[in-house]
Amino acid sequence: MEAWVDISILGLMAITAIAIAMLRNLLAVVMLSGIYSLLAASIFVVMDAVDVAFTEAAVGAGISTILFIGTLTLTTRIEKKPAHTPILPLVVVCITGAVLIFGTLDAAVYGDPQSPAMQDVARYYLENTKKHTGIPNVVTAVLASYRGYDTLGEVVVIFTAGIGVILLLGSWRRGLGTMKPHKDDKA
Amino acid sequence: MKEYLVLRVITKLLLPFILLFGLYVQFHGDFGPGGGFQAGVIFAAGFVLYSLIFGVAAARKVLPVGILRAGLAGGVLIYAVVGVANLILGANYLEYTPLAETMKEGQHLGIFLVELGVGLTVASVMMTVYFTFATWRAN
Repeated sequence: MEAWVDISILGLMAITAIAIAMLRNLLAVVMLSGIYSLLAASIFVVMDAVDVAFTEAAVGAGISTILFIGTLTLTTRIEKKPAHTPILPLVVVCITGAVLIFGTLDAAVYGDPQSPAMQDVARYYLENTKKHTGIPNVVTAVLASYRGYDTLGEVVVIFTAGIGVILLLGSWRRGLGTMKPHKDDKA
Repeated sequence: MKEYLVLRVITKLLLPFILLFGLYVQFHGDFGPGGGFQAGVIFAAGFVLYSLIFGVAAARKVLPVGILRAGLAGGVLIYAVVGVANLILGANYLEYTPLAETMKEGQHLGIFLVELGVGLTVASVMMTVYFTFATWRAN
């Protein structure tokens, strides 16, 4: 049963990806990438990774879509026809895909308790989180406590992204659409 | 979007639930799925929805640029200060243990504060980016 759920979700994801590659209307592409993220989130739910699924649904399907639409209002909605033929990119994509699939042959089987990742740190967290922190959600404990220093780095990355947007696109304190180029800027 | 009555009414109806759900995800992350990142995005999504329907100027009345920028920096600051507080109390950076009487209480408090910082920064950044995109016009 679960295999069929996986197959149908992955099939829908493949169809969405092909449609994204074929379309020239960028608004439709943005909508489809939102759907793609939602399908990815449902795959994560099937794999019991609810925290990841939650993030994917909120960030990938929600906010990214909004920000892409915001970007489209600043640019155009129709992608220009590419000047080159799609043969070379297609070959590159096929080779990369083949290498990735070849790589999965050596990957551990999903949920295999004997895999190296399950033996060392994962086991330590599962056995000790309750004892050390008393928090039932191991993901939160790892994120905020055991790996708190990494999460601080992630927050700084997001902070930097926000600062970057403010610096590049200017302040919206100056009002709606009243940003003037500096007098030294060339038109 | 003054003419879309249904959208305006439904948005007003949904908004408290979205924000409440954001707070639930924020403060319930220890026990269920969620945490600062997801909560920040959900909270920001509520305000983005509001400004999509009622305009950025209306959303700006609730969230002036100063508050957003304070949240932007304040979240990172809360996170870093919790770490430094541990150093002052004689533990390692972000160790949380000396923040309360017992180890578990210290961990609880530390994770709570750190997640609060994460949520604050993420929500402020998402709203800042959206508002900046929505109001910027190429000359």
